[in-house]
Amino acid sequence: MIKGEVFGLSGESGCGKTVIAHCILKLVAPNGFIEGGKIMFEGKDVLYMSDEELRKYRWKDVAIIFQGAQSALNPLLLVNAHMVDTVLAHQKSSKNDIFERSGEFLKLLRLDPNLVLKMYPHELSGGMKQRSMSAMSLLLTPKLLILDEPTTALDMLTQRYLLKMLRDIHEETGITMFYITHDLTVMSEIVDRIGIMYLGNIVEIGKTKDIFYDPLHPYTEALINAIPSIVGDVIATPIPGPIPDPVNPPSGCNFHPRCPEATELCEKTKPELIEVEKGRLVACHKYSNPS
Amino acid sequence: MKETLLQLKQVSMRFKTGKQYIQAVNEVSLDFNKGETVTIMGESGCGKSTLGRLSIGLTKPSSGQILYKNSDVWGLDKKTHKTFRRSAQLVHQNPYGTFNPMKTIFDALSAPILHYGVVDNKKSAWEKAKELLEIVALEPPEDFLDRYPHQLSGGQLQRIAIARTISIQPEFVVADEITSMLDASLRIEVLDLLLALKEKFGITYMFISHDFPQSKYFASRGKCIIMYLGDVVEEGTVEDLLQKALHPYTEALILSTPIKDPELARKRPLPKLRSLDLPDPVNPPSGCKFHPRCPEATELCEKTKPELIEVEKGRLVACHKYR
Repeated sequence: MIKGEVFGLSGESGCGKTVIAHCILKLVAPNGFIEGGKIMFEGKDVLYMSDEELRKYRWKDVAIIFQGAQSALNPLLLVNAHMVDTVLAHQKSSKNDIFERSGEFLKLLRLDPNLVLKMYPHELSGGMKQRSMSAMSLLLTPKLLILDEPTTALDMLTQRYLLKMLRDIHEETGITMFYITHDLTVMSEIVDRIGIMYLGNIVEIGKTKDIFYDPLHPYTEALINAIPSIVGDVIATPIPGPIPDPVNPPSGCNFHPRCPEATELCEKTKPELIEVEKGRLVACHKYSNPS
Repeated sequence: MKETLLQLKQVSMRFKTGKQYIQAVNEVSLDFNKGETVTIMGESGCGKSTLGRLSIGLTKPSSGQILYKNSDVWGLDKKTHKTFRRSAQLVHQNPYGTFNPMKTIFDALSAPILHYGVVDNKKSAWEKAKELLEIVALEPPEDFLDRYPHQLSGGQLQRIAIARTISIQPEFVVADEITSMLDASLRIEVLDLLLALKEKFGITYMFISHDFPQSKYFASRGKCIIMYLGDVVEEGTVEDLLQKALHPYTEALILSTPIKDPELARKRPLPKLRSLDLPDPVNPPSGCKFHPRCPEATELCEKTKPELIEVEKGRLVACHKYR
């Protein structure tokens, strides 16, 4: 992820998008463990941070808005208490400063701070809770903001505005964002680069425009074609076959049982993620042997 | 001559919350012709699911009439009422909540067909269940019948829910946001399945959705109504609405629909809403309920509620702009 970009990660449910987000924060569920590799944040490996370093790193350096952020708020606390707790866990500050600062972010997200700060979570609608969470995640001006399906539970109008607000905040502050969603159309509104995942592997990375207008991997193409659109014709084609069992993934290229272009090679050998053009990576045998 | 299957006449539904009332559906009139699809669209809380439940007789309207083949659904004798309930079915939004977790898929599929006498014993129910799973392309069916709901994915469960719905040969099916819990990549498959069943059994659908691309895919030439806080604000075919939305609310909805073209998506203007949040449905705004958010609202809109009027053939709108 490059500083100052909005990077999007997409794929069907169960492909591992959320797990990647949790890895970045070293928050993987107890039944999983990070097998290997490095997670470098500004030159430091997150996996080797001490507990205290991790505590500071989480939220101050990297904040996350979870899927269903609606349930991330404590029902017994006022919104302003959430804000105070968040800031005081990381730095000394006066309550008035915190309220003022939260107010600024709430206003950016089109919420009235005088009202919202003195409300309990149940008094807010889903969209308002989501926006309060977003304001909370921005309070400590993190360097990276992870957004895991932030709009799934929202209405269309709220979604469009939230996307626009996030994009505006990104442009104003230059904050790096990592946007996760299974809905590719949402990506077209906000992200600069897209990564596509399938069953735990990244199969393609490229600029948003390249991914939409000229997808390289057959899976990317299938994903895009599976979504109907209001512009142009209404043709959409479902991806054939079910998502394979992640416990026993297919041999070779994981996508081969559903791929219209699969060959014998795909059944046997797993394609590596290679750079085919500058900044354009794909894991498909179509591109690995030029013959 | 088109045969009218179901008619809603000035149907209203009020719910009591504490000492106050929520007007979930407000005087909606709608005709369902046999074999046609009618799409209901709007944001959450606009009353579209309530309208769905009302039209299959699950809840009794506070006022208004629901006519099934020209007789009032709530005045039917016991036997005809049973026939009506059998022929009007609902597929829910959440496939995970539709099934009893303690019962197998076979149990879920066999209960309605045994109840309505489609089959008369368990053995033929097993055969019938296999047949149903084949129709919804879950193969081999034997693999699914003995499983429990938690062992299946959302997409598979939604197919089984559809199989169960069609098992008793309904004429009218309400599909209430059936794809919203599914992955974007699986939605088309479920819609294709419904379209194939329509072709095969001539089912009349009420398609409830908040997503324009899906509504366009499902029934672009079918009638579509847009609801806002219980009121119908616009009516036309999906195609008409997308081509030229009349009501400012419809326009805002269309402008909010994400499109899969990054260049176009970023050039599109943001809908100019004055307020982002839905007003409290218990105390809805005066006049036109949309006026606090509407970019074009005038004084008249604050005071008087616009009526739903026909401005062109088949195009109705409730907005003072068109008076």
